[in-house]
Amino acid sequence: MHKLRLNLLHLYMGLFLVYMLAPLVVMSGAAFNDSKLPSIVPWKGWTGKWFSEMIADERMMLAFANTLWVAVAVAGIAVLIGTAAAILINSVSGKVRTALYGMMISTILIPGVVIGISTMILWTKMGNALGTEFFLFNPGLHLSVLGQVSYIAAMVMLLVLARLQSFDAGLEEAALDLGASHGQVMRRILLPHLYPAIGAGAAVAFFQSIENFNVTQFTRGGADTLTVYVFSKVRSGITPTINALAFLLIIVTLVLAVAYELNRRRKAHEEAAREAEARRAEALEEAL
Amino acid sequence: MSAGIDLEGVCCDFGSFRAVDNANVSIRPGEFFSFLGPSGCGKTTILRMISGFIDPTQGAIKIGGKDMKGQRPNQRPTALIFQNLALFPLMPIWENISFGLEVRGVDKATRRKKAEDLLKLVDLPGAADKMVSQLSGGQKQRVAIARALAVEPAVMLLDEPLSALDLKLRQHMRAELRAIQKRTGVTFIYITHDQGEALAMSDRVGVMSQGRIQQVADPRDIYNNPVNGFVASFVGENNIFEGTAGAASEGLARFDTAHGAFRARLAPDAAGKPVKLYVRPEHTVLTATAASENSVPVTVSEVSFEGAFISVHSVSDHGQTITAEIRNDGSATVPQVGSKLHASFEAARAALLPDANVRG
Amino acid sequence: MQDLLRRYGPGLTGLICLLVAFWLVMLVIVPNVTLFEQSFRPYLPVVDIGGPKDTYSFRNYLKVLDGATETSLFGIAFSVPVHVKTFFQTIWYSMVVTVVCFALAYPLAYYMAKVVRPRTVPTLLLLLFVPLWVSEVLRAFAWWIILAFKGPLNVLLQGLGLIEDPIRWTNMGYTGVMVGLVYTYVLFMIFPIYNAVSSLDTNQIEAADDLGASWWRIHWRIVLPHAKPGIASGAVMVFMLSAGSLLVPSILGSTTSQWFTQTIDQWFKDALDWNTASAYAFLLLLLCTVFVSVAMKVFKVKLSDIAK
Ligand SMILES: Nc1ncnc2c1ncn2[C@@H]1O[C@H](COP(=O)(O)OP(=O)(O)O)[C@@H](O)[C@H]1O
Ligand SMILES: [Mg+2]
Repeated sequence: MHKLRLNLLHLYMGLFLVYMLAPLVVMSGAAFNDSKLPSIVPWKGWTGKWFSEMIADERMMLAFANTLWVAVAVAGIAVLIGTAAAILINSVSGKVRTALYGMMISTILIPGVVIGISTMILWTKMGNALGTEFFLFNPGLHLSVLGQVSYIAAMVMLLVLARLQSFDAGLEEAALDLGASHGQVMRRILLPHLYPAIGAGAAVAFFQSIENFNVTQFTRGGADTLTVYVFSKVRSGITPTINALAFLLIIVTLVLAVAYELNRRRKAHEEAAREAEARRAEALEEAL
Repeated sequence: MSAGIDLEGVCCDFGSFRAVDNANVSIRPGEFFSFLGPSGCGKTTILRMISGFIDPTQGAIKIGGKDMKGQRPNQRPTALIFQNLALFPLMPIWENISFGLEVRGVDKATRRKKAEDLLKLVDLPGAADKMVSQLSGGQKQRVAIARALAVEPAVMLLDEPLSALDLKLRQHMRAELRAIQKRTGVTFIYITHDQGEALAMSDRVGVMSQGRIQQVADPRDIYNNPVNGFVASFVGENNIFEGTAGAASEGLARFDTAHGAFRARLAPDAAGKPVKLYVRPEHTVLTATAASENSVPVTVSEVSFEGAFISVHSVSDHGQTITAEIRNDGSATVPQVGSKLHASFEAARAALLPDANVRG
Repeated sequence: MQDLLRRYGPGLTGLICLLVAFWLVMLVIVPNVTLFEQSFRPYLPVVDIGGPKDTYSFRNYLKVLDGATETSLFGIAFSVPVHVKTFFQTIWYSMVVTVVCFALAYPLAYYMAKVVRPRTVPTLLLLLFVPLWVSEVLRAFAWWIILAFKGPLNVLLQGLGLIEDPIRWTNMGYTGVMVGLVYTYVLFMIFPIYNAVSSLDTNQIEAADDLGASWWRIHWRIVLPHAKPGIASGAVMVFMLSAGSLLVPSILGSTTSQWFTQTIDQWFKDALDWNTASAYAFLLLLLCTVFVSVAMKVFKVKLSDIAK
């Protein structure tokens, strides 16, 4: 490739990374600026007080707790449904497969506003029709969970399905042949193969849930999640406590990402060592 | 413990396609039995019916005299060694081997002990804690065998287990498999498309073509007395002549061809059917003068040196290629290309055989 | 199905089917059918629901035609209903966001797939992923800080001497919304294109180069056609997310920028008229369906390609 074009591409990549990361730096920086308005200019000196104010903000802490349980619930249910859906899709073919798969995928493309309103209407109308006050039929974060699951399950499904494609169904037959029951086949053979995808699916589901606004906004009733809380703060006068929170979230994300990457490298390394050993054994056999 | 297997009129249809057609064979307890046939002839299908992954469309499969109908794979006393081995990649070797015991609820110490014993049996001690990806092809092979033996099956089913190995290792493993079978006394049903493998290892061989079992016999019989042209061709080389057979007397019949009249063996049940004459190259001789019968004048067209023997290809006046093999005992005289000779064979060494037994 | 039974037995098969049925029926089909049904009913006090006034009509949908506003396109002035204008502005600006994202993402995706050393790619992906994991509301908030009247962007530009006086970024029509949407969703364009370009055999590029093709022709004839499914996937994702976004327009919008989702939100939260909100939501859904279908036709790809 032409030298100039190559250097331009390098430069572009660099600038793009700055573009992606600078807003996060600005946002984090504002968490330490001793100024009532969240900004890095003008710089009024370092302070840690926004972190202590954040801890003292009970509404935010409650929103934080809500976010966590919603995310855990969504991840749990979406993993169950998404994995089941992937296994089902993987074992049907033809028109049925096309129809089911199309319907599952389309949930990702439905606007969150639509999901939020439709979930809210369905469950509250159902409650009215049944004439019950049972909590399930009232607005609240449990409806947010259901609404979020409706499209996040499809994301998990895609991840698990991709992993299923590299699964050798012969392994299941081998296990059956050795006398395993269907449950044992699932637990000992299929699920262990799927765990990496299920783990990734759970992580994706968890973060998607934390970040969800649209569905939550329409279904939450009076309860807050972090996203909704931050949103209302931005509109109604904000203090840098939000920046303190953002800074912590970014740090946690970075740590998790780096840990994930290191783990991935370690695994790749181990696998390479094993394959080298297999090649050595192969060479010994040649000499037999 | 080992058991015999009876296939009684077994058929298997995939939609309108009949993959296995009326298979009847009785395999004895402790026997090493091979199904031999070209790719796609239905061998794997037979094995999968015996192990219970496919139900026969018709007929019965009996193991140890007991009808297996309705018995699922995990209830049958069989262990299958898959074409691709199907070792569990996420379990260490010893867990792979003892998986069959694990699902039967055997405790861990016993399982570990059993796995180590079996690893010794298959000559792979010390591999218990390795992962599958650390093993070579031959070692994986042994682990697969150990895993199947762990459940103490009455019958072992092996689907082309050596096909992934290279030639030298394959020959080594042949002997090893045979030894393991003798040591354990388990009935082995072995599938292969390699006639050398089947003939070398088996007590008896069933040759298959297009879903039908053509012949069941011991390896020498298969080679020396094939029942039809397919079997003759599949297990070795032949010179083939077309023509029409006359009446037989004392097992020998007259056979009229473009090269004149020959005489050859005619099987009793082949009478009246269209037949061809098959004679092996090693039973074909080249001489300077014509023999008293079954003799064809030929011109040598190519000589190829194969090591233990020498292949001489020649062409008759009618354009038919005839091959003769001369054993290379060091003093054999090799004909020159272009020399005019006579090819001949003994009547008792030539067979008049019908074509393969195929569905009409 | 037969396959499933054979592999996992009746118990597990039943469980699997039950889970999938719950998802598709209770969380997808029935809610959307209810939304559709409710969108044709009038908004009534609880006592009147199911009463004589509760009849089906198109009245909710016709509300988009209420209230006209003066507007001009290509210099021609005319008046259109407010909500219709909002609807088309949402479509138009979402398309602009999509195109801008593509222009930003394509060179980058190509760079990561074919130029940079493969060992560097995981690190780059990791860095790019960080903003994606940080939630959408915080990304919008970050730009709210940056674009503020006395914020860092104005200070920077003034420092460089590029502008005299600070600019009111968030009061310039859709500018703030555009900036926020591009930043928030550009990653959804990069990853599918990156995946598509990665799967292109580098030999093809080299062969074209060897045959004397210019760099832009290599892209036009070899790389772009190969990346088509990825581009379609990215374009659909970015468009849908933009058109469906409520956060970014609410945080970064100006007094003159209205997004269709905001209109729906107002019907739902402010007017408490869920039925009209349903009708509008259904219009949004319809728009999205039409867009995806057209995109699939234009790019000649299937839904399964988009989902990759
Ligand atoms: N599940 C199946 N559905 C349809 N046809 C099949 C199936 N399994 C095998 N066949 C067909 O049956 C024939 C025999 O297959 P197989 O038993 O695998 O042959 P072999 O093991 O001898 O190579 C082949 O023509 C194959 O295409
Ligand atoms: Mg086979």
